[in-house]
Amino acid sequence: MKTIIKNCKLFDSDKTEVYIADGKFAEAFPENEADEVIDAKGNTVFPGLVDMHVHLREPGYEYRETIATGTAAAARGGFTAVCCMPNTLPVCDNAAVVSGILKKAAEAGNCRVYPIGAATKEIEDTELAEIGLMKEAGIVAVSDDGKPIPTAGMMRKVLEYASDFDIPVLNHCEEKSMGTGAMNEGEVSTSIGIRGCSTAAEDIMISRDIILAEYLDVPVHICHVSTKGGVRMIRDAKARGVKVTAETCPHYFTLTDKSCETYDTNFKMHPPLRTEEHRLAIIEGIKDGTIDCIVTDHAPHHQDEKEVEFSHANNGIVGLESSFALSYTYLVKTGVISIEKLMDLMCYNPSKILKLGRGGMAVGDDADLTIMDLDHEFTFEKDKMLTKGRNTPFDGWKLYGETQLTIMGGKKTYEKLC
Amino acid sequence: MGLKSKDLLGMKQLTPEEIMEILDTAKTMKLVISSANKKTSHLQGKSVVTLFYENSTRTRLSFELASKYMGSASANISATGSSVAKGESLLDTARTIDMMGTDIIIMRHPQSGAPHSIANKIKASVVNAGDGMNEHPTQALLDMLTMYERFDTFEGKNIAICGDVYHSRVVRSNAIGLAKLGAKVSVYGPRTMMPIGIEKMGVRVASSVADCVKDADAVMGLRVQLERQKSSLFPSVAEYAKFYAITPEMLKLAKPDAFLMHPGPCNHGVELPTAVYDCDQSVINEQVTNGVAVRMAVLYLLMARRNNL
Repeated sequence: MKTIIKNCKLFDSDKTEVYIADGKFAEAFPENEADEVIDAKGNTVFPGLVDMHVHLREPGYEYRETIATGTAAAARGGFTAVCCMPNTLPVCDNAAVVSGILKKAAEAGNCRVYPIGAATKEIEDTELAEIGLMKEAGIVAVSDDGKPIPTAGMMRKVLEYASDFDIPVLNHCEEKSMGTGAMNEGEVSTSIGIRGCSTAAEDIMISRDIILAEYLDVPVHICHVSTKGGVRMIRDAKARGVKVTAETCPHYFTLTDKSCETYDTNFKMHPPLRTEEHRLAIIEGIKDGTIDCIVTDHAPHHQDEKEVEFSHANNGIVGLESSFALSYTYLVKTGVISIEKLMDLMCYNPSKILKLGRGGMAVGDDADLTIMDLDHEFTFEKDKMLTKGRNTPFDGWKLYGETQLTIMGGKKTYEKLC
Repeated sequence: MGLKSKDLLGMKQLTPEEIMEILDTAKTMKLVISSANKKTSHLQGKSVVTLFYENSTRTRLSFELASKYMGSASANISATGSSVAKGESLLDTARTIDMMGTDIIIMRHPQSGAPHSIANKIKASVVNAGDGMNEHPTQALLDMLTMYERFDTFEGKNIAICGDVYHSRVVRSNAIGLAKLGAKVSVYGPRTMMPIGIEKMGVRVASSVADCVKDADAVMGLRVQLERQKSSLFPSVAEYAKFYAITPEMLKLAKPDAFLMHPGPCNHGVELPTAVYDCDQSVINEQVTNGVAVRMAVLYLLMARRNNL
């Protein structure tokens, strides 16, 4: 199978054509040898995007999302690789569940799926999970995401043991003894009478994890950073040479807690939306390289879990299909970062941190790419999403960067219907 | 005449003019309560349902009497003894009540924002009778009516509120309503019960009970929710009574003609010594009558809005 994509722009070079043969990027060949010639209509080709933090919900919560629907959404968002969190039912804390996820992902064939194993059995924080056996089955990291690893003692054991297997540890940072509120603690939560969770609760655990990483000289990755203090501590730690990396999500640089004033549960997630001061600090952290990755924390929920009282609603929003457009519109079009830097955040850095080997576009590399329309504004519509979740706060937003086509291993995984 | 919105969700949603219209109407309604024949036809042919997910004595009863004095058909359901106990969702319950031809649903719910989440999905008017820690607008309106009967204007008046500010929907609604009419609100309570950013709601955070009530035109105590002691927000009732109660000495720091209010129910000897509860300056019992008057006014003005449409 040979494919030519012509009339395109490569995001980082002057090339206008891409050649694919047998699932790999190839040297140029004559058009009459091609099985398919795709006219990219002047749109821009990027390496397939990588999201190192998604919830695919399968096994156990198929009413929210399946591996097939979640990866279809990923392809529509321009992703060719996603890493799925282990808080499924059963928890992905053993090799059998890892293998099951990989099997379903291969059957769906929409996107490469790299499972993340639980750090502790049942994500209960009492015993280490079988990190070595799970690595053999295919995990690329461990995390108890959705929950923090609450005690410093257990976090130390996880960091030490995982380092034996060269497995990165990703932590959801939140000091639970500070209270479990439904939104950011501050002026808005006080005004509308919702219990808050403080930036201090996030900062305390980020500082703990940095201290442990420095003390043990092992890597640690901080999930979905939402606070100014977090950005500052990670920046300082990196300057000292601590092996800390960090991610954030589009909602933390596009939204603030003001949005919660109407009790719309599509603005409820964990960590919560913070104030403008923190939003700007996240953008600053993205700009200066403190934050390495943009992830979605894609968290589909059923309507019945969101159309309830604010405090009762589940945390999280879907994100795979809006992530690139939000990032491109709010970071690149506004001049905060370059398009090359955006690819570091959405492809090269996550691939490097988890050693996925993705993002290459040289001859012989897997043909993973996505084509984006950067020039025309489009309206993001929740009812067009391929995810089962409808819990997005971005319905109706005008954005740039609509996916036209996604190819994984030479095979089309998403094509915009014109 | 009438309110602009279909619902009364909170003081946040009311304009100063609407608040004054409610208070002026309530003054008239109060005459009905004191008359021998407590019957008007303001709500004749209307149906009013109270839907309470939390306990209540005075709020529920005063809404019920208010609607009955004005001639409506009224009914009530509570979380126990209804399909709610079988796990029916709030939205399904609200739609069910709505489809029975209900004109007004009066709702109390432990979750902030619960009435907001049903209001735009049903035809009936929703009156918030207290939602979590958010608002209790008719309580603030009855408090303001009690003040209005004694002030010619709210402009520049000092209102002191002491107690558990964090968990209080009464404080939030009063702070918002009083600020809209130009009064100056001071609050005080244990720092563990003081929510972050409360000053952004336009109130002054005082440094002591004395600082809070000094030169006040009206002083309001709040109920200490004694179950909070378990969560270590204060160490003991004795300590609370010593450092945070409104004692006779404290009340002397307010203006000579200042009066004392409390939304009830009161823990005697905790936030207020009994001597203060019963003192000449106390208007706590009158607040209860004003509660019925203000609720009559709110129900009437919500229905009056419909007639305007």
